[in-house]
Amino acid sequence: MNNEFIVTSSPHVRSRDTVAKIMWSVVIALLPAVFAAVYFFKARAISVILAAVAGAVLTEYLFQKIRNKKISIKDGSAVVTGLLLALTLPPTIPLWTAVFGAVVAIAIGKQVFGGLGSNPFNPALVGRAFLTAAYPVLMTTWKFDGVSSATPLSHLKMDGVSTDTWQLFVGHVGGSIGETSALALLLGFAYLLYKGYVNWRIPLAMVGTVFLLSFAFGADPIFHLFAGGLMLGALFMATDMVSTPTTKLGRWIFGIGAGLLVVIIRLWGGYPEGVMYSILLMNTAVPLINRYTRPRSLGEVR
Amino acid sequence: MKALTFKQGIHPEYNKELTKDKPLKNAKRPEEVIIPLKQHIGAPLKPLVQKGDQVEMGQKIADSDSFVCAPIHASISGKVTELRKVSDPAGNIVEAVVIKAAAEDNFNSGLEKHENLETLDSAKIKEIIREAGIVGMGGAMFPTHVKVSIPDDKKVDYVILNGAECEPYLTVDHRVMVERPKSIVFGLQALMKASGADKGIIGIEENKPEAIASMTDAVATENNIEVKSLETKYPQGGEKMLINAIIGREVPAGGLPLDVGVVVCNTSTAAAVADAIRDGKPLYERSITITGNGIDSPQNLIYRIGTTIGELVEQAGGLTADAAKVITGGPMMGAAQKSLNVPGVKGTSGILVLTKDQVEDYEPEPCIKCARCVDACPMFLMPTQLVNYAKHNMLEELEEYQILNCIECGSCSFVCPAKIPLVHHLRLGKAQVMAKKRENN
Repeated sequence: MNNEFIVTSSPHVRSRDTVAKIMWSVVIALLPAVFAAVYFFKARAISVILAAVAGAVLTEYLFQKIRNKKISIKDGSAVVTGLLLALTLPPTIPLWTAVFGAVVAIAIGKQVFGGLGSNPFNPALVGRAFLTAAYPVLMTTWKFDGVSSATPLSHLKMDGVSTDTWQLFVGHVGGSIGETSALALLLGFAYLLYKGYVNWRIPLAMVGTVFLLSFAFGADPIFHLFAGGLMLGALFMATDMVSTPTTKLGRWIFGIGAGLLVVIIRLWGGYPEGVMYSILLMNTAVPLINRYTRPRSLGEVR
Repeated sequence: MKALTFKQGIHPEYNKELTKDKPLKNAKRPEEVIIPLKQHIGAPLKPLVQKGDQVEMGQKIADSDSFVCAPIHASISGKVTELRKVSDPAGNIVEAVVIKAAAEDNFNSGLEKHENLETLDSAKIKEIIREAGIVGMGGAMFPTHVKVSIPDDKKVDYVILNGAECEPYLTVDHRVMVERPKSIVFGLQALMKASGADKGIIGIEENKPEAIASMTDAVATENNIEVKSLETKYPQGGEKMLINAIIGREVPAGGLPLDVGVVVCNTSTAAAVADAIRDGKPLYERSITITGNGIDSPQNLIYRIGTTIGELVEQAGGLTADAAKVITGGPMMGAAQKSLNVPGVKGTSGILVLTKDQVEDYEPEPCIKCARCVDACPMFLMPTQLVNYAKHNMLEELEEYQILNCIECGSCSFVCPAKIPLVHHLRLGKAQVMAKKRENN
């Protein structure tokens, strides 16, 4: 009789989910936004997306190769970072800038901290923050349907002109290639929710806070919901598992905090948009949030 | 009525259909049994027999003067051929008595038989349970007479029988509930009388409707015993989960169920108590599920303690060609065995054999802080955080984050998409904290 049995510690059965499955599901969930981007911004959107994804994947590969680490580009996490970054870029961005942003996102945003799982900030937003600081003009030049046009948020901030809500919802407005269509983003998010691969507390808290506060301060809450990067940020960046809290209460706090910062920046700040900085700022608070929101263990007295 | 449950937990595949409709049948009488002399949590026993002695089935062969222990009995009539060290299913090296079977069995336990509980008081019931060597048969093997000995400053109002059988694959408690409901109820009444509890509850997961029907029928005439159906969710049968789900009490961290007035026993343990009282029968045989895709013909058997798991596997048709992993107990908390030459003990409720394609080779990946472990933990711990502390020997943080409250159910490891062996690290962390505590005392 066979006496060569495998011995490992329990449990002996595991769920079928893997990190790669989760990451590639995020890619699938972003496809509606990609299609919307291609629909509104044509071939230009495809070039920007390909440039950023290629930059991200290549940087991850080179970093791991040089450091003699296991090459993990197949897990899809670098693809997600490149894709997310691309979706936050203006359609007119030069392709080299998109690549550069992706290199920074992976190298500075992720690999210097030790790679997947160790980055305190959302890598895509690190890349975008870098580009915003380094190339402010390129990052704020918007063209739509062949003509220069401001985003709805800057239109409102600079000229006091609002945009039609339906156009805003489907994404028929100026803006970064992947942020304009709330409809497409919500579709993708619904898919992740269905798969159970995303937490809903952060987006709900963040979007809810923006809605309530903008209403409370006399702004148009529907407009603020669908304008700018709020949907993309709340649904796909503030839900990045690595850089957000692990406790349920912590996720509420993170979402409310990020929503609060968005409103503050949008209504009183110098920038028309504040989603990127609000998420990055909240990322810094994650260890603290985790520490102070540890759930009470069953039977624990405190 | 809505099924009761606890918060969080997981939903593994249950795979109970392999054996759930297979009636219990007696395993073949073994030629030889290897009976480990420690099949309980507590003090070690001294053997009462020597090499060459003739023993009868049911005869006590090891005991101790300590309170926290459970004596051991011969499971066949025959001759003691050897006392030697063996490896038990938990991997401990223990003294064992080897008995070669005589031509036939003569049952002689020397224990009295009592038809009903009226003539027995609490002390007498505890004595019977002790003399019969009964321990928790769900796997923990804690001596049952100790469990129902309530300290003077405590009072118990509930005995809860655990019929959840939340471990996937196992169907042994299910079969006992379907086939021996009256014995379980009798045993429950004895446990209630012994512990001074006036209410009894039998909790059963919804995925066992036949067991729920059978037990509900058996308690129909009892006005202080109820059957409660529980949501099918792992680890529903953990005693802290069970108490929380059924009566909403929370066992304090570091405490016992009796701190909240409850005693929890397994349904099969209750049936063993009934056998001890009514038939004077010590715990020398028990039911077991032999199952999994690596078993040719899965079965529920009643086997003599000390039969090797290899012999039991043979009686279930043997291993399939692609059998790769042999587990005593269930897949969530059971122990993998390196050999089939291991004796089954009082707590061995299952033999599960998984095939090659079911035993994936996991290479742990970095934690992506998805917090599935945090959301799954039935004890509301933060496994991912604890593992970081455990890996870096951060004992103070481990204690602050309540590592000693971990029940090692394995839910965290089950859900982890990065395939990190979380519960393994938690066990190591727990051991470190415990060692430190002992050092300080």
